[in-house]
Amino acid sequence: MNIIDRRRNPQGKSLANRQRFLRRAKEQVVKAVREASSKRGIQDIENGDKITISAGGVREPSFHRAQSGGIRDYVVPGNKEFVEKDTIARPPGGGGGGGNEGSPDGEGEDDFRFVLSREEFLDIFLEDLELPDLVKQRVKQSESHSLTRAGYSVTGSPSNLNLVRTMRNSLSRRIALHRPKVDELFDLEREIAELEAKEGDPALLEELRERYARQSSRSKRIPFIDPIDVRYNRFETVPKPIAQAVMFCLMDVSGSMTEHMKDLAKRFFMLLYLFLKRRYRSVDIVFIRHTHEAKEVDEQTFFYSTETGGTVVSTALEEMQRIVRERYPDQEWNIYAAQASDGDNMSSDNAKSATLLRDVILPMCQYFAYIEVAAEHNMGLSALGRETELWRTYKIVQAPTLPLAMRRVRSRREIYPVFRDLFAKDKVGA
Amino acid sequence: MTTVLSKPAGLLYDGADWDYDKIKRVYDAVEDIAVNDMGLNVYPNQIEVITAEQMLDAYSSIGMPLMYRHWSFGKHFARDEMLYRKGYRGLAYEIVINSSPCISYIMEENTMTMQTLVIAHAAFGHNHFFKNNQLFQQWTDAKGILDYLEFAKSYIGQCEERYGLAAVERVLDAAHALMTQGVHKYPKKRPLDLREERRREQNRQQYEEETFNDLWRTVPKPAAGGRPPSRTLSERKKLLGLPEENILYFLEKKAPRLEHWQREILRIVRHIAQYFYPQKQTKLMNEGCATYTHYTIMNRLHQKGLISDGAMLEFLHSHTSVVFQPDFDDQRFSGINPYALGFAMMQDIQRIAENPTDEDREWFPDLAGRGDGIGALRDAWANFRDESFVLQYLSPHLMRTMKLFAVRDDAEDPNLIVEHIHNERGYRNLRRMLARQYDLAYLEPDIQIVDVDLAGDRKLILHHRVTNGVLLDENDAKAVLRHIANLWGYEVQLVEVSAVSEAILKEHAVTAPSALFA
Repeated sequence: MNIIDRRRNPQGKSLANRQRFLRRAKEQVVKAVREASSKRGIQDIENGDKITISAGGVREPSFHRAQSGGIRDYVVPGNKEFVEKDTIARPPGGGGGGGNEGSPDGEGEDDFRFVLSREEFLDIFLEDLELPDLVKQRVKQSESHSLTRAGYSVTGSPSNLNLVRTMRNSLSRRIALHRPKVDELFDLEREIAELEAKEGDPALLEELRERYARQSSRSKRIPFIDPIDVRYNRFETVPKPIAQAVMFCLMDVSGSMTEHMKDLAKRFFMLLYLFLKRRYRSVDIVFIRHTHEAKEVDEQTFFYSTETGGTVVSTALEEMQRIVRERYPDQEWNIYAAQASDGDNMSSDNAKSATLLRDVILPMCQYFAYIEVAAEHNMGLSALGRETELWRTYKIVQAPTLPLAMRRVRSRREIYPVFRDLFAKDKVGA
Repeated sequence: MTTVLSKPAGLLYDGADWDYDKIKRVYDAVEDIAVNDMGLNVYPNQIEVITAEQMLDAYSSIGMPLMYRHWSFGKHFARDEMLYRKGYRGLAYEIVINSSPCISYIMEENTMTMQTLVIAHAAFGHNHFFKNNQLFQQWTDAKGILDYLEFAKSYIGQCEERYGLAAVERVLDAAHALMTQGVHKYPKKRPLDLREERRREQNRQQYEEETFNDLWRTVPKPAAGGRPPSRTLSERKKLLGLPEENILYFLEKKAPRLEHWQREILRIVRHIAQYFYPQKQTKLMNEGCATYTHYTIMNRLHQKGLISDGAMLEFLHSHTSVVFQPDFDDQRFSGINPYALGFAMMQDIQRIAENPTDEDREWFPDLAGRGDGIGALRDAWANFRDESFVLQYLSPHLMRTMKLFAVRDDAEDPNLIVEHIHNERGYRNLRRMLARQYDLAYLEPDIQIVDVDLAGDRKLILHHRVTNGVLLDENDAKAVLRHIANLWGYEVQLVEVSAVSEAILKEHAVTAPSALFA
């Protein structure tokens, strides 16, 4: 009998099968993911979860008998009262007192349920979305280098000494040159000592002594570690390509923005962040909130602290311009901006905002998304055709060649569709 | 060995934890009982410790340690994993593979008692059955299966590289759909060897010489160059080896438009289906044999004082839940539990052999009072399959104990009718009907390829011989026909014919695929 411990065997043996399965069921999985994500909050959108797909597309058909029709006989246990020729009312759903075969893979027409991992979920969730205008993605060269292992070298600093290589070289050289082993010398020494003690055969003793002298001088001549054995790890510096992006979140926090609107905005920003995060290795976020004056704040303040005041949108755009100039030169950064607002603006500011947007902000941005959030109960105002101040302002600026997109969102449900709409692959080409 | 000193004398192990020494000791003790007391004859054993995830892996690849890649295994894994993680379902304690050496998987989280149980159950019970049952001996090659799977896996992997995942997947999908129709149910005629052939030829000549009659020379011959005789239907069928119920085999050999590698893949799936065919036919006996074996061994270990009372109770707890048979009206009922019926029949056979009643003497004259219970069981394990086993050994006593009764479900009748119950009039009928419930030839629809219109449009015609008016599930049948058409390359038709009246009940047809596997 053998006992073999297989627990350390490579895990994930079924991974290849799983990928094949997901590929196979892709259409349905994508649909299921979309449905699942519309039901849950953006906060936990990153988690994988149980999803349900219809068994149809991944059905494994086989010839088997139909569930109903014809004559069937069953032998079942547990008779308590029946005698021959008794009749039993047919149990609902056919079946006939159990014992029927069931479907071949044991799952019938039921839906198929399984769990997607977080990565799989995100992959599918954000699939087919493309970042607009990727041309500007830069490889940032300045001062960002990383060291990569690049083989071995014969020179180097002691801290980079590669012991394994060095000892391997040393060992093979010692073997090749027949350097006597330490044990061998010891054995000789002992033999000589024994012979001397016993005063044995002088000829043999002489021969041993001679051999000992020869071997020990040999072991002195051939060093244990020779400089030619020594190897160092070699590193090369490679410029680290950083595709980096900065995301500006602009939001109106004046009194007219309700919690609900802020919540909508937050969800949109999170989705955008999640999306950028997957495309760029590093994504910076800048939060700018504004009333009649704009300020860069941290996330907590951005979403949760309240402020009162008027609404002057151009201040936020100016603030963004300032920050870009100071910290994010647009040759090196991909700049994305998303603005959320309820559409209010001081009438006197409209012209300024439009100019600023057209002449300064849009040229440096990869993409500028304007999301107009509305109160849920208040729906229909804009749908009825009354456009808000800001909407009208931006609409003038909008042109097919400019990276500006505008959408209205009223309820949580709409966030994801709007987001998809903005970043859908075919849109980008246009 | 301080641990040995600290535990009560004689026990093989103490407590729940297991380690390799304990397993070795337990294995030796179990082997002693299995071989010397029960006379079991087993393949060499190999016990492999695995994790829960690996157990799930093994589940999804139909229990084999290595398997080619296909999405359906991924699908089963995804479902099993979900059920397991959410706690809807536990994992099997063991999986055992019919190979030589016989591989038994034990899970790392099992307690030592469970490991003992698994060793007795799988490494001796199942192992003995695999090695001695005539079906396994006839149909499977325990020594070669792992090598074959290794070959299959790498071959299909190479095909995927060469012809693309999608192309291979299409062939595998089709082959999997036909897996139940991919086994030879009877031994084929063996190819004759040369010496045999020569001897036949000599015999024929000798016969002609002996019966030579010069008169035949004078019979006028038909004029040379006449029309070649048209092939009759029966000749054509004979050339194609029709009718043929092994659809995979027929397609592999005869489908006109398949590439070599596609044929090879069909062959691989067919071989695997064939390998599992005996297991399908002996589920009841196999589990009955293993359960009986572990029950006997565990009891013997306890009698010998090798395992503690606590361990014995733990064992009995899991044993009883394994052999639990809910009644038909119980919510948990899902057919007859093969462990329950199998174990009960094994115990019953032993009882009949050793302590028969008058009834048993009348029903089993050869078996009753024979004395050697385990010997009688070994005979049964070697020579029967589920169907014949039930037909031979199900006793009136057991039918009464289990309160078996037969129900007829006629779709035309509003009610179900109780046909037979466990009484004097019903015993034989009940037994016959239960045996049929285990007869694969009866359970699986009888589908055969009957004709190919070779001269015309090469339409492949299949017949389903319908028994008791139960037709095929239409959607699935259509889907499988589509797969067949993909392999065959031309139109395929399935006719459902009543086995009694030869009347045509239903026809399904799929047109030729627009493009062959490209």
